[in-house]
Amino acid sequence: MITPPAFDLTLVAPELIVFGTALVVLMVDLWLAAERRGVLIAVSLLGLAWAAWMAAVAPDGVSFAGMYVRDALARAGQLLALGVTAAGVLVAPEYLRRGGLDRGEYYVLVLVAGAGAMLMAASRDLLMLFLSLEVLSIPLYILAATARGNPRSQEAGMKYFLLGAFASAFFLYGVALLYGVTGTTRLPDLATAVARLGSSAPAAAGLGLLVIGLGFKAAMVPFHTWAPDVYEGAPFPAAAFMSVVAKVGAFVALLRLFPLTLGALADQWRLLLGVLSAVTMIVGNLAALTQTGYKRLLAYSSIAHTGYMMVGIAIGTPAAVAAVITYLAVYAAMTTGAFAVAIALERGGGEADRIEDYSGLAGRAPLLALATAVFMVSLAGLPPTGGFVAKLGVFAAAVEGGGPGGLALALIGVLTSVISVYYYLRVAYVMYAGEAAGMVRIHASPLVNAVVLLTALVVVQIGILPAAVTAFAQQVGGLLR
Amino acid sequence: MVPAPAYLALSAVLFTLGAVGVLVRRNALIIFMAVELMLNSVNLAFVTFARQHGSIDGQVAVFFVLVVAAVEVVVGLALIVDIFRSRETVDIDDVDLLRG
Repeated sequence: MITPPAFDLTLVAPELIVFGTALVVLMVDLWLAAERRGVLIAVSLLGLAWAAWMAAVAPDGVSFAGMYVRDALARAGQLLALGVTAAGVLVAPEYLRRGGLDRGEYYVLVLVAGAGAMLMAASRDLLMLFLSLEVLSIPLYILAATARGNPRSQEAGMKYFLLGAFASAFFLYGVALLYGVTGTTRLPDLATAVARLGSSAPAAAGLGLLVIGLGFKAAMVPFHTWAPDVYEGAPFPAAAFMSVVAKVGAFVALLRLFPLTLGALADQWRLLLGVLSAVTMIVGNLAALTQTGYKRLLAYSSIAHTGYMMVGIAIGTPAAVAAVITYLAVYAAMTTGAFAVAIALERGGGEADRIEDYSGLAGRAPLLALATAVFMVSLAGLPPTGGFVAKLGVFAAAVEGGGPGGLALALIGVLTSVISVYYYLRVAYVMYAGEAAGMVRIHASPLVNAVVLLTALVVVQIGILPAAVTAFAQQVGGLLR
Repeated sequence: MVPAPAYLALSAVLFTLGAVGVLVRRNALIIFMAVELMLNSVNLAFVTFARQHGSIDGQVAVFFVLVVAAVEVVVGLALIVDIFRSRETVDIDDVDLLRG
């Protein structure tokens, strides 16, 4: 007689609600007339709000035979994932209608990917982490190819899929090796077993393979080559969503895996992650300098920001972990906002994907241009925006807790940030100084405007009064003590 | 009885073959098959380790991997068929609109 392990469904309520909402949206869409598709957006948002409330109030605990954990990190990751999922739903409808892509499945895929990111945040088992990673990734492959008639979108979907499946196989082989060395896939047992057995080649190889798998999702150099192509080919709302939700999932998992679980073995992974973060910061920023496409610029920008967040993971002190959470929140807000602005524009029936399309925007849509300027200043990491607070937190933690290596990482971070000012502010410059671009039309959709406004407010709010977010992030850092 | 290291070596060889296949082949379908080979080599490793440790976890993992592989087949083949319909080719050297 096998007794099933005890499980507690109230603990997984946020995820259940999001999956349930996805199913409801899928079913309702069958009976809904095309012009009443707004109902789907309302249902999705209600479900996400309910899940967010549950995620905020549900008690801490461990369930499902230790595979699922709810703690400060899980809560932070889930609330972030819910926020970016809501933004992913809101930016889409107007664009999809314009492009003749308006299908209810779009929202279902967004919801499922969001739920995957939430599960990644709460995974306490490598196998569970792998499954969550796939629940997050597979909808994103489809979203990238969602403009089915468009060869560029098809190509983006195929590239993302083939490389994503390739990276997943590496991740899985890493899980198998660690299981072979330790005989378990539960993270806490794994940590004690690795500490007891000492460093061995298979364990080190296993950890390295996990870094490859998660590094691919986070677009870490040298596993970043898919990002510019996929962002460029994917429809704008899909690119906006995947650029943030994949990062949230991957970074929360990296935090859980390295500083929180294997913190005692920091010598074994700190150098690897530190070098990767340095390379990512340098390559991402240098490659962004020469971009002329807005999506490719944001793709390399997202790679660069991966590098900055990796600094915090490599340092791994409580302050650094808290700084990564703050950085993720700021990154999610400013990147979603920067994409949302582009969704409001259209050039000749297609996407406004060239930086010159933003020329003279200030004269035609002053508020949209102002918001874009805020996002660009924040992405460059200048005060008084959230980007400055986020970078300051990561670099300060690196200098304080990282020894000479941390100092070097902080120096590279500051220098590459200086480079990034050039390419970000170039966008702001053409908006205010350039002549109005012909052919470019502005589609003011209330939903997209709301996302732009909200993300801009969040970015400025964190820049001026960071206390609310950093206090929450410090709870996550407190898990280490 | 064949010793466990032999199975692990076979698993490593299959995984490497799969990885090399992904990197050198140009046909999207073949690349996809190479990825499946990698996943199955991992399954072999899981089963071997489960046997070594005398625990069931590794064997259960195989079921999950099989399911994920099946899901990837569904999505992957749909994407590849979609590309073939519009271009009459699935050679990744011909599918190169996105460059940077």
